[in-house]
Amino acid sequence: MELQAVVMAAGGGSRMMDLTYSMPKPLLPVGNKPLIWYPLNLLEKIGFEEVIVITTKEVHKQMNIDTKMKLEMVCIQEDADMGTANALRHIQQKIKTDILVVSCDLITDVALHEVVDLFRAHDATLSMLMSKTHEFTETVPGQKGKKKTGEQRDFVGVDSSGKRLLFMANEADLDEELVIKKSIMRKHPRMHIKTGLVDAHLYCLKKSVVDFLADNKSITSIRGELIPYLVRKQFSASTNSQKTKDDSEKNQKKTDLKTPDIHISSKDEDLLDLAREKSCWNDHRGDMSDAYHGGKLRCYVHIMEDSMCYRVNTLAAYIEANRLAPKVFSEEFPIHPTAEISEQSMVGADSIIGAACHVSEKSSIKRSTIGASSCIKEKVKITNSIIMNGVTIEEGCNIQGSVICNQAVINRGADIKYCLVGSGQCIEAEAERNNEVIVGIDQLMEI
Amino acid sequence: MAGTEDITQQELNNSTGETRDETDSRKNDYLQSKVEGKALSKEEKLKLRKEKKQQKKNKKDDKGLAKEEKAKKPVPVMDGQQAQQQKAPPTSPLVTPEAPPTGEKSGKSKVELRADRRARQDVDRTSKQGKKGDRSQLASTAKTKAPPSEPQPVVKRLPEHIQADDPAVLKKVAKKLERQQYSRKAPLTQQMSIPSTVIHPSIVHLGLQYSQGIIAGSNSRCIALLHAFKQVIRDYATPRNEELSRDLVNKLKPYISFLNQCRPLSASMGNAIKYIKKEISNVSSNIKEEEAKTTLQNCIDKYIEEKIHLAAKAISKSAFEKISDGDVILVYGCSSLVNYILCDAFERGRKFRVIVVDSRPRLEGRETLRRLVKKGLSCTYVLITAVSYMLPEVSKVFLGAHALLANGYVMSRVGASQIALVAKAYNVPVLVCCETYKFCERVQTDSFVSNELDDPDDLIVTRKGKTELQNWQDIPSLRLLNLVYDVTPPDFVDLVITDLGMIPCTSVPVVLRVKNVDQ
Repeated sequence: MELQAVVMAAGGGSRMMDLTYSMPKPLLPVGNKPLIWYPLNLLEKIGFEEVIVITTKEVHKQMNIDTKMKLEMVCIQEDADMGTANALRHIQQKIKTDILVVSCDLITDVALHEVVDLFRAHDATLSMLMSKTHEFTETVPGQKGKKKTGEQRDFVGVDSSGKRLLFMANEADLDEELVIKKSIMRKHPRMHIKTGLVDAHLYCLKKSVVDFLADNKSITSIRGELIPYLVRKQFSASTNSQKTKDDSEKNQKKTDLKTPDIHISSKDEDLLDLAREKSCWNDHRGDMSDAYHGGKLRCYVHIMEDSMCYRVNTLAAYIEANRLAPKVFSEEFPIHPTAEISEQSMVGADSIIGAACHVSEKSSIKRSTIGASSCIKEKVKITNSIIMNGVTIEEGCNIQGSVICNQAVINRGADIKYCLVGSGQCIEAEAERNNEVIVGIDQLMEI
Repeated sequence: MAGTEDITQQELNNSTGETRDETDSRKNDYLQSKVEGKALSKEEKLKLRKEKKQQKKNKKDDKGLAKEEKAKKPVPVMDGQQAQQQKAPPTSPLVTPEAPPTGEKSGKSKVELRADRRARQDVDRTSKQGKKGDRSQLASTAKTKAPPSEPQPVVKRLPEHIQADDPAVLKKVAKKLERQQYSRKAPLTQQMSIPSTVIHPSIVHLGLQYSQGIIAGSNSRCIALLHAFKQVIRDYATPRNEELSRDLVNKLKPYISFLNQCRPLSASMGNAIKYIKKEISNVSSNIKEEEAKTTLQNCIDKYIEEKIHLAAKAISKSAFEKISDGDVILVYGCSSLVNYILCDAFERGRKFRVIVVDSRPRLEGRETLRRLVKKGLSCTYVLITAVSYMLPEVSKVFLGAHALLANGYVMSRVGASQIALVAKAYNVPVLVCCETYKFCERVQTDSFVSNELDDPDDLIVTRKGKTELQNWQDIPSLRLLNLVYDVTPPDFVDLVITDLGMIPCTSVPVVLRVKNVDQ
C-alpha cells in the first residue's frame, strides 16, 4: 500500500465558537452537506479505499456519510485538548506506510496528484498544499470594522522552481526580524518569499516522521510545530553529515530526527543512491554539490493558483464556502425531492433546499441554503443567508446575509440583517437586528 | 476488370513456370536468389492484389447501391472516430483533431471516398480484433475495480499489410506518434488512483522519475529499474493455484508497459528485463516462495554487480592503457561510464585534461563538468557548435553509448555522431565505451527510422524576455522535433572498449552470438 489517508476531525473550531458551540465543526453544514463530507469526497474521487478518521465520540454518533470508502473511526476524548500531532501519535500503531493527512475543514477541488507526485518523484519527507488567499467579499455578521490583515501571516520561502520549500515562519513567532540561516542562502541563493498563501493543511508525510513523532513527545501540533521543524531540519548540519549516530546517542532529551531511510533495508537504499549518483540530473546548478545538496530530508510544496481551496475555520470562510462550494460539488438537484415548495414561492436557481423542507407561499429565497426539516412560512424573504436544520421562520420575516443555526426560531415580522443567530435561539417578533451575534447566555460565559 | 485479373493470374503462373524450368540450368545460385527475391515480393504483391480485388469488388457493389452508401457514409466515419477514441481514452483531448481530416475529404470524388472508407473499416476491424485480445489480457492481470481506465498496454501498431499510401491511415499513424511526444504536460498519474493499487508504488515512483528526467542515463535507469523490481518481488505473494514462475512474469507485464509509457525503455532496461524474466521462469516449482524470492533478489544483485560494477572496473582498466600523460580528451554529454573512467585514471596518476562538449536542450555537459572539476581534473567547456574549433587540440575522443546495435552502429545521445564525424575528419581517434549488457540485436542505419521524441517545448528559448516560438502550435506548417538519440556508423568509431576487451565495432554481432550461446 502506498498511502494511508488520515482525516483530522477532532478540532473544536476555536475561531468560530459561535457556530461550533452547539454543533461540532466536522458536522457544520456547507451546502447542506456536513463539512467532513468534502475532504472525504476528495479522497474518494482520487481513489482512496480506506480512510482513518480521528474524531470525537459526539461526531461519530451523529455522523452518517454515505461513502464507498471504508471509514475507520478513531475516537478520542473531546475535552483533552489534543493537538494534531498527538492524534497522529495516538494512531501510530495503525500506520503502516506513508500518510496523507487532511483536515476536516478543507474544501478544495485540487488535482491531488500534483502534491503526491512531488512526494513520489523526489522521495520527499513532506509534501504539502498551499493556495493563494482569496479575499472574502461577503459581509460577515458580527464583525465590526474592516478585517485586520497581517496579523497571522505566514512567510513561506520557496526556491526558484517554486516547488521546494525552504523556509516557513509565522508572523506570530517572529519578534521584529525575519531570520534566514546562511546555510539556506548558500545552497539556494535565490529564494522567493511569499506571504499571501493559505495553508490547506493537506500533508503527505513519510512513515519515518510518524515514528519520529512517537519518540519525540514534545511536538503537539502538525502545522504549528512539526512542519516548521521539518523545514528547518532540511538545512541543519547534522542531517547532512555522517554524524547522525553520534547525535542520537548524545541528546536523549532533544531527540534528533534520524535520517529517514532507516526503515528500508540498507542494501536497497544503496541501490537507489547508486542510481541517483549515476544519473545526469541535478535539481540546481551553479555550485559543486550533488543533487539536493546531498540532503536526505526534503520538503516540497505545491502552490495552486486557480482551483478552489477553502479552509473553513472562520465565520467568513464558512459563509464564503457555503456560497461557492455547492456550485462545484453539488451533483444532485439543488432542491431536494422531498422538500415541499408551494407554487407561489420563488426559489432562486442558486439556492439549495434541504430534505423535508416546507416553503410556504409568497416566500422568496435567493442565493441561500436551507437545511433539512426547516419550515419557512409565508411572505418570508431570505437573501444571501444560511439556514441550518430544523429552523422555523415565521411569516413576514426578512432575513439578509445571515447565518441561522439549528433549531432556531425566528418569530414573525423579524428583520434580520447580517446576523448570526445561534443554535436554539429564538428571535422575538418584529425584532430588528443588524450586524449582531445572537447566542445563548451560556455561550457568553464560555470564553 | 475481370480481364486484368486474369492477366495477373497468368503472370504469376508464368513466373512460377519459368523458375521451375530454370532451376535445371547451370546458373543455379544466381537464379535461386532471383527466385527468392521474386518469391518475397510475390507474396507482398499477392497480398496487395487481394486487397485491390476486394476494393474493386466492393466498388462494384457500391455502384449498385449508390443512395444507400451515401446514407451509410456518416456512420462508418463515426465508427472510425469512436474506435479511435476507445483506443486512446487517456488522451481524449488529442483525439478531437482527427475530426478535421475526415471533413477535408468531402472534396474528393465518390470513388476515392468509398475506397478510403473501406480502408478505414479494415483498420477498425483489425484494431478491434487486436483490442479484444488485449482486453482479455488486461482482465486477467489487472484488477477491474477502478472504472477510469488504467494505462492501456503497448501502443497498438497498425498491421503492415494496410496500404501505406492511404492518406487516412497515414494521418492516423502520425497522430499516434505525436501523442507520444507531449509526455510531461499530461502526466500518466492524472488518470491513476492515488494510492496506486494496480501498479506497485515503487513502479509509479520510478515512472514519475523517468518522465521528469530525475533518473536519466542508461546505467542509472537500469539500476533504478532493478531496484524497483526488487521491491516488487519483496512485496509479491503468490496467489493460490498459481506458480510463482508464471504469475510473477504476468504481474510484471503491466508494470513494464506503464514504464514504457512514461518513457520508452532503453536497450539496457530491455536486456535487464529479459534477464529477469528468464530467471523468474527458471525458478523451479519445488522451492518455497520465500526462498525463491531471495534467490531472485540475489540474482538481481549479482546482475548489477557483474554487468555494471565489474564491467565498469574492467573497462576502466582497459581504458587506462589508452590514456597517456599529456592527453587532451574530449567527452560529450554526461556518460556515467566515461566519467568513471576519467576519474579513475586521474586517481591513478595520469596527467591529462578534458574538454567537455555540451549541447542544447539538455545541457548534460554541465553535470559532467561539475563532477570532473570536483575531482580535480582541469576541464574546458564548449558547446557542440565549437567542436571543430577545439578538435585540432584534441588527442582522443571518448564517447559513451546508450546501446550498440547488431550492425556495429553506436546509438548514443543526439550529437555524438556529429562529434565522431568531425573527429574522423580531423583524424582524431574515437573510442566508445560500452558495457556488453547494452548490446542489442536491433539494426538501424539512420537516426530517423526509430528514435525517442522528447518534449518539443524544451527547444524553446527565452532571451531578453522574448520567446519567439511561444505559440508554435498555432502555426500549422511548423513542427518542432526534439530527438533524443542518434546512431553513429562504425566507420567513425575506431575502438569499442567493453568488459570483454577492446573490440572493433563490427565485432558486436560476434559478442551477441557468444552471449546467446552462453545463456
